[in-house]
Amino acid sequence: MHRCVCAALAVLSLVGASPTPGSAPPRSVPWKASRLDKPNEHVIFLQYGETEPALKLKETMPVEELNPTHYPARRAAAVAQHFLNARHGSPYKWFHVEQVQSATLEEIAGVGAKYHVVFSAKEGVCNSVGLCTADVLFPEAGGDQTAPQVQCSCEGPLAINASAQEEAFYRRLRGSNSPVTGNNIPDSFGFIAPDMKPLWILAGVASSFVMLKESNENTLYNLAQVANVTQLESEDKQLKFQYHVLLHEMVSQEIIHWKLLVTWAPAGGVSVLHPERQPHCHDCVLPPATAPKERSDPE
Amino acid sequence: KNKSDHCVRKWKNHSDYCVLYSPHQITAWMEMVVKENPGVVSAEVYGRTFENKNITALKIGLNSTSSKKVIWMDCGIHAREWIAPAFCQWFVKEILRTYKSDERMHTILNNVDFYITPVLNMDGYMYSWQNESTRLWRKSRSAPPAGCNCNGTDLNRNFNANWGMIGVSKDCCSDIYCGSKVLSESEADAVTSFVQSMKERVLCFLTIHSHGQLILVPYGYPEIQRVCHPQMQVAQKASEAIKSVHGMEYTVGTPPMVLYPNSGSSRDWARLIGIPFSFTFELRDKGEFGFKLPEDQIQPTCEEAYEGARSIINYVHDKNFPVKGGSVAAATAAFWTTLLASCLTSATFL
Repeated sequence: MHRCVCAALAVLSLVGASPTPGSAPPRSVPWKASRLDKPNEHVIFLQYGETEPALKLKETMPVEELNPTHYPARRAAAVAQHFLNARHGSPYKWFHVEQVQSATLEEIAGVGAKYHVVFSAKEGVCNSVGLCTADVLFPEAGGDQTAPQVQCSCEGPLAINASAQEEAFYRRLRGSNSPVTGNNIPDSFGFIAPDMKPLWILAGVASSFVMLKESNENTLYNLAQVANVTQLESEDKQLKFQYHVLLHEMVSQEIIHWKLLVTWAPAGGVSVLHPERQPHCHDCVLPPATAPKERSDPE
Repeated sequence: KNKSDHCVRKWKNHSDYCVLYSPHQITAWMEMVVKENPGVVSAEVYGRTFENKNITALKIGLNSTSSKKVIWMDCGIHAREWIAPAFCQWFVKEILRTYKSDERMHTILNNVDFYITPVLNMDGYMYSWQNESTRLWRKSRSAPPAGCNCNGTDLNRNFNANWGMIGVSKDCCSDIYCGSKVLSESEADAVTSFVQSMKERVLCFLTIHSHGQLILVPYGYPEIQRVCHPQMQVAQKASEAIKSVHGMEYTVGTPPMVLYPNSGSSRDWARLIGIPFSFTFELRDKGEFGFKLPEDQIQPTCEEAYEGARSIINYVHDKNFPVKGGSVAAATAAFWTTLLASCLTSATFL
């Protein structure tokens, strides 16, 4: 059981638009789904956070103050949360919106709806809280872009250093002879085995790539369950996993299945390859299905 | 096992209220509660599910007569929201644990009968307990209509409240399928008939769901912009009572404000037929575990929700049974009655 060793780097702030070390400067890349007929082609999708949002001189409506407890502000904050996780998450770093403090909306004709949200966010492993500011632009329907564009920066103790746990987890899985697998995380009773927890958090982070891309003003996504996860052989130093995740979309109340190929190493962050939405499965049985634990009568 | 005292109610079988109960265990528990509390608790079967299981409420009250006022609570209308039946059980346990020593609760039980349905959607709940693949089932388990291929209707879209208009799907495979027609579902029909038969006596209607940490106030359809002020105030007080327990924020508002527009909900129907206070509780959490709330959160969730429910119950009780002694109480009661009457008459719509 890892004790949470979280060094709070108070001055450092998480900035969504800053380049990750060693990579090209972030640019907006259109979504590319990998195609099943080209198994060797893999696209690391998602580099969001343009430094300059694509705003030309267009007719703009006045900026509208939003009620922070109402759903439009909360949905926009959730999108910023997905962005934070995609960009900064790890098996030991997962962010959730705690509370929206303030929000505004600006409808930009020909471009879309731009939300500005200020929210407190909690990092779940170390339980630290900080304040984040985000711009979330939902593109107008009918254009080329469907995914929201996000810029987000956070201050306070969110820039925690979980590298000790990440390194230990990485070394354990790299060094192990048998690839790790897991099913039904959490189980039906919400229980997660301690050694599965980093894999669950990693699923949340990886799902954030999908949830971010799929989000619009009429959605609110969460990870509902990891159906299964299997560690795969990796050609490089990354850890590699095949995930089958279940996402819950609040407005439609649907459970949506996705298969994701996920890679991660401590220095490099999470990447998601080959995201595949699974067909809607109404009365389906997930492989492998397991019977619930035997429950003795409550005493 | 180091359970806190609040988890274990020292009846004959020492029931544990900090774990999740299977359908079979809930049924057995209900039978035990009735047996152990003669004269206070009785079982009221008021309908049948699609698969012909009993829909049962626990009627809890002292010196019950047919003219007592009523407080309604139902849990588990959506199968996967497992924390909701757990809360109904906790609520029953608390009433029965405290009424002998707590004068206020004793008074309430003298004046009011509680009708508490721990699992309204027993078919769906049973299905969600089958295995891990079925855990996230939401709807009833009724057969599909002609021309469509999937089981089940969203019971909370099937009531006679602007049915089929918004926030629903007409596709039977959707998780918000509102049914082939209004009250197509026997479960929704059972609640409708039963509550209708006593509607003049019902002081408030509480329906328990998860997740989201919300207290929802009628109506779910945005055409009704005007919100009755007493409703919002009562809900707001409940939210404050919840927060005072463990610091959790429960947002108060109508669904079109704080969640999404919808129609056909039981809460809206109850309000439409004249029940003055009708609320939906969406319990923990805000999405981290979602429907799969870990069992170690059952106790804190139930503790805070209980205070929220009590806040509403105390209010509606005291309003209808003002404490004797004086014109101030009478004036207050009169004020609220007037305010409420104006609220009720303005609730009609086309």
